[in-house]
Amino acid sequence: MDEFYARDRRWHPPARHPDYKTSVTRSPNYAAISLDQTVSEITGPVFGHTDIDAIDNDLLSNFTRPGEHPVGERIIVHGRVLDENARPVPNTLVEIWQANASGRYRHKKDSYLGALDPNFGGCGRTMTDDQGYYFFRTVKPGAYPWRNWVNDWRPAHIHVSVFGSGFTQRLITQMYFEGDPLIAKCPIVATIPDPAAVDLLIARLDMNATVPLDSIAYRFDIVLRGRRSTLFENRLEGN
Amino acid sequence: MTGKLPYLKETPSQTAGPYVHIGLAPGAAGFEIYRSELGWDIAGPNAKGERIRVEGIVIDGTGSPVKDVLLEAWQANAAGVYAHPEVAGAVEEGFRGWGRVITDFATGEWGFDTVKPGAAPGRNGQVQAPHINLWIVARGINLGLHTRLYFEDEAEANATDPVLNLIEWERRRATLIAKRTLRDGKPVYRFDIRLQDGDETVFFDI
Repeated sequence: MDEFYARDRRWHPPARHPDYKTSVTRSPNYAAISLDQTVSEITGPVFGHTDIDAIDNDLLSNFTRPGEHPVGERIIVHGRVLDENARPVPNTLVEIWQANASGRYRHKKDSYLGALDPNFGGCGRTMTDDQGYYFFRTVKPGAYPWRNWVNDWRPAHIHVSVFGSGFTQRLITQMYFEGDPLIAKCPIVATIPDPAAVDLLIARLDMNATVPLDSIAYRFDIVLRGRRSTLFENRLEGN
Repeated sequence: MTGKLPYLKETPSQTAGPYVHIGLAPGAAGFEIYRSELGWDIAGPNAKGERIRVEGIVIDGTGSPVKDVLLEAWQANAAGVYAHPEVAGAVEEGFRGWGRVITDFATGEWGFDTVKPGAAPGRNGQVQAPHINLWIVARGINLGLHTRLYFEDEAEANATDPVLNLIEWERRRATLIAKRTLRDGKPVYRFDIRLQDGDETVFFDI
């Protein structure tokens, strides 16, 4: 079975980053053991359209009372899931979650002053199509304060979870919005060492994908680990 | 002329944060939204093999339980076959081999029901001892942690497992062995995960 490219550990945030305080006690001290991939790592769960419903990718309507809408800037988040070989990752599960327009999460542990919106749940999920394309409708989340340093604010962000075809590709990340001045101040963003890597997490305003008089669009492509094709083997696919 | 290779860079990871439940287990966050949440049934009703429960706790560097963890499990069926299109052999109908579990907000305890996996093929004709692959995310974890759970009662298979044997420090191998007990006649495996300190669980860079 074809293996996935080694993960570039210098590109991802290190486990321990003292400016993100919670990481200090939750980061392994010992080095991870490098493992040659086996069937256990190369395979991963398969999902189908029977697992989810069509409405699940529409946060503007998946938790609303009849005839009502959530408060906030109506946006479309769309893009493709690709691998490091720039090939589309089709039929893979993408899940998102976020705060509402006030910066408040619908979670029993969130007690921020920002109000809950009775018409907004804050989660969605979808499968990429055969070209790796996905989209969600939602509202733009608000910034909110969090207890790290005493006056830290999270930039507006959407959490994104993606599977790919192998368990090694499993990824959770956060999507930010072009032009947000809080990105540069955020200790969680700053766990990523390379500004070029941070740039990959910033969705771009995409006027061509807006729905006039309805919703503004942001483009966010996601790249999962690429797969090595077996060299010197007589195969068309993957070479 | 030298040019840039046409590869893309992987999207960098960010922590799942404290509210991961909203996206991946909204019932636990406190609301119902989906027809069905994914990952609650790992083995399905038709899976052959021994029905087991796996339980544990994730412990941070201060010795305290981590109460906002989400774990995902990925495993083969009792015959050692993964439910994946590139794998030869079939699994039982309804067996996905993947599950999701969250910790109790008060105690940090987590647990899931499944079937005990069989030995799976390893590299170069080797055999891997039965194991469950685990992936751990939480607030304060910047990149999901991969580890493996092996079974105490598989001592013979564990002794020749190529992955366990890759761990240079023999005493650290024990961090990957779940302890077996019986509760009302049902096997329960205990697997505590330590994020730091001398007994730190072995994590893998795969």
